Amino acid sequence: MADTFTFELVSPERLLISEPVESVVVPGSEGDFQVLAHHAPVLSTLRPGLLDVVLPGGKERRIFLRGGFAEAGPESLTVLAQYAIDSADLNKSALAQEITNAEEDVADAKVDQTRDKAQGALDRLKLIRDTLGLG
Amino acid sequence: MPSLKDLRNRIASVKATQKITKAMQMVAAAKLRRAQEAAEAARPYAERMDKVLANLGERVNAQEGASPLLVGTGSDKVHLLVVATAERGLCGGFNSNIARLARTHAKRLLDQGKMVKILCVGRKGRDALRRDLSSNIIDLIDMKAVKTLGFEDADKIGARVLEMLDNGEFDICTLFFSEFKSILTQEPTALQLIPVNLPEASESDTGQGSLAGYEYEPDEDEILAELLPRNISTQIYRGLLENAASEQGARMTAMDNATRNAGDMIDDLTLLYNRSRQAQITKELIEIVSGAEAL
Repeated sequence: MADTFTFELVSPERLLISEPVESVVVPGSEGDFQVLAHHAPVLSTLRPGLLDVVLPGGKERRIFLRGGFAEAGPESLTVLAQYAIDSADLNKSALAQEITNAEEDVADAKVDQTRDKAQGALDRLKLIRDTLGLG
Repeated sequence: MPSLKDLRNRIASVKATQKITKAMQMVAAAKLRRAQEAAEAARPYAERMDKVLANLGERVNAQEGASPLLVGTGSDKVHLLVVATAERGLCGGFNSNIARLARTHAKRLLDQGKMVKILCVGRKGRDALRRDLSSNIIDLIDMKAVKTLGFEDADKIGARVLEMLDNGEFDICTLFFSEFKSILTQEPTALQLIPVNLPEASESDTGQGSLAGYEYEPDEDEILAELLPRNISTQIYRGLLENAASEQGARMTAMDNATRNAGDMIDDLTLLYNRSRQAQITKELIEIVSGAEAL
């Protein structure tokens, strides 16, 4: 059995997950990265995306999150998400709402830089919608 | 001497009031528990945020051109006071305590020749400050529609504050709210949001939990640029949650007192009522007896 490490997922409202896991795929803003035990210390911002957790014994959980940051270390991974929900609980209308919000962000952005960022977030959300088959 | 009918009416009305205060006390107790749980649940996020900020801030602090959120705008002329209070009254000194702290703070700044702008969150704070500081109040954020406080609500206020900062409308921002110490004590608190008061990196953090030797993705400045605005919203959220718990705590205590007072008043009135009734019976008896004697 692979080594485990402590994974904590925290949203502003509450602590969502705090348990030992085998691996986590984190949607970092520079690209997705996988965290296993004994990971080098990294601090990264996140983009909207899916977080895949592998629990000891191979069971998997998939969580949708939007923005935030992750702090990885040899023994622990802490993800501070602005918003997080189990992808099984994520329904069509909620995701559609997210996409509408993102579209508004793109329209509202005044500076090119923020618009690019918002556009990127919007594209990600659409991709997630297609991946989960919630179109 | 009030008539018997008047006394009866008085007792009935005090009893009705007592029922209302009793009900309000129980509702406040139930809401308090929920508010406390919410405040508790939000703690881990804020704690970890503090930790990361403390470590990160230290390294970037000394640099030139750091974000105004971290080092300020370089001036302290215009102060923005965000005053968070409740939407409802009947909670003892809760609202007036916060308003008083904000008022003394504002007065002190005005005496020093600074400009003061006040942003009220919650109607009661505006009502209290409107009397002598109405020209300083720039807006009221209504929380009436908010049933259960979510991060989104705090985020909106945060976004508003940041927008004002970008437009150069103020230099220093302070949040006023009531810290929940216990059900009986709530302490009005002033918390400086901008420039941020970085929590000190504690000894244990600089040990193995330290961020020294961390890799940053994308880089330190960009992470900090994203983190600082979010920290504002997090602090406001924490303030609002503390406020919600404090409000219910204060209301529970106030209503408990009111219920007890009403009970005392009912006892007094009942005693008076019985006395007057007996006095009247005695009077009638005397009238009958003296009438019979006269015959």
